[in-house]
Amino acid sequence: MRGLARPSNRHTAYWAFVLHRVSGLLLALFLPVHFWALSLAIEGEAALDGFLRWTENPLVKLAEFGLVLLLAAHLTGGLRLLVIELLPWSERQKAMLATAGGIAFAAGVLFLINVY
Amino acid sequence: MSVPAQTWLWIAQRASAAVLALAVSVHLVTVIYAVRGGLTAADIIARLQGNVAWLGFYSVFVLAAAVHAPIGVRTILAESLPRAPRLADAAGGVLMIVILAGGFRAILGLYGAG
Amino acid sequence: MANEAILFVSVWRGAERGRFVDYEIPRGGHQTVLDAVTHIQRHVDPTLAYRFACRVGMCGSCAMTVNGVPRWTCRTRVDKVAKDGRLELAPLKNLPVIKDLTVDMESFFNKVRRAEGAFVPAGDTPGDFAAVPPASRPRTLADAAIECIGCGVCYSACDVVAWNRDYLGPAALNRAWTLVNDVRDAGNAARLRAVAGDAGCHACHTHQSCRTWCPKSLNPTASIAGLKRATARAAMRGRL
Repeated sequence: MRGLARPSNRHTAYWAFVLHRVSGLLLALFLPVHFWALSLAIEGEAALDGFLRWTENPLVKLAEFGLVLLLAAHLTGGLRLLVIELLPWSERQKAMLATAGGIAFAAGVLFLINVY
Repeated sequence: MSVPAQTWLWIAQRASAAVLALAVSVHLVTVIYAVRGGLTAADIIARLQGNVAWLGFYSVFVLAAAVHAPIGVRTILAESLPRAPRLADAAGGVLMIVILAGGFRAILGLYGAG
Repeated sequence: MANEAILFVSVWRGAERGRFVDYEIPRGGHQTVLDAVTHIQRHVDPTLAYRFACRVGMCGSCAMTVNGVPRWTCRTRVDKVAKDGRLELAPLKNLPVIKDLTVDMESFFNKVRRAEGAFVPAGDTPGDFAAVPPASRPRTLADAAIECIGCGVCYSACDVVAWNRDYLGPAALNRAWTLVNDVRDAGNAARLRAVAGDAGCHACHTHQSCRTWCPKSLNPTASIAGLKRATARAAMRGRL
């Protein structure tokens, strides 16, 4: 095995990629579950309410908080990519990265505040 | 998959991303607003039932998601399993059908509920 | 030797299979990594294989992996990278090893060719010089990427190159971009087809390792973004 030294390639843009890919994959897996839950309404209000009561559980709330974070992260990361790929290149990109992280966190906090 | 087709996948991915950026923002704000004071089925149904505007909005949302998520998953699989490109394409196709079917079932169910 | 500072250098010896061998050499002054590896070859172990040529940061021959990161050894000060008095030297990643610190660059240059990275003249010899204003948009874009000397550092730094052996890589795509913006070139129909797709520009995920480590401060990520836009336009016009 060549190169025992840790790859020092792990700079900011690399982690932005990892976050974007992981959040995207998790969201893609979550989506069918989300639709299934909503379609419980077809079986009547009671069925959906039963499910919604389950979501009052604090652990579920925490998971929902995580989901909102993932959504906000994937969205703002995606906007950053659109800027890099489609707009004239500039050093704005680093500022966007910071903003992306900030907005993602803010959205999650907002949800948490509302949820509790 | 041919090179022009792969290029069109990239175009579709970016175009659907732009649509989703708007749709997700509206959806996030709506959810955050709706969750205040607890969420009930009645709230959700009341918002969507018989409402053509929301029906239209969520239909566009589902269509965009049905384009965007499968292409993303296909890319991940194509890179993780380079010796099984057909599997990646097939998985993308399956996810698209699942999202379209599940999404419209939920939307139409809520639109016509009650 | 009592008062001399010591530098501990761990060097890859062998080919694809081999091992790291440790050397202790004198350290001091404005020593570069190239100075260090040259000292080993001249005074400690003459069987060590490594490359260099100009030794002043112009040719790119001395590129190798220094403490996990691809660099030009002639332009890398020991003081900057060996903070704890240790250096680890390995051949460039993503390329076959010939011996010790030398790699086979053939696949790298093959990909430049596969990306249509060569100028294609337009038909008959023109009657006069082509007038290309330096401040024009295409020329500005080409000039921003033109200084690449094919050293392989970006190719070695790229994760996608490591994952996908068909991926053309940042240098080949960067070169193609300069030609896409060359108004004299006549080969863009084939070139855009060559650089599009899963083995081309669309495989770039904007890690920007290429840009981070390019010794000439080039930005292949931006060039590849430009290729994404150009290939998308061509596809939408039915010309891909």
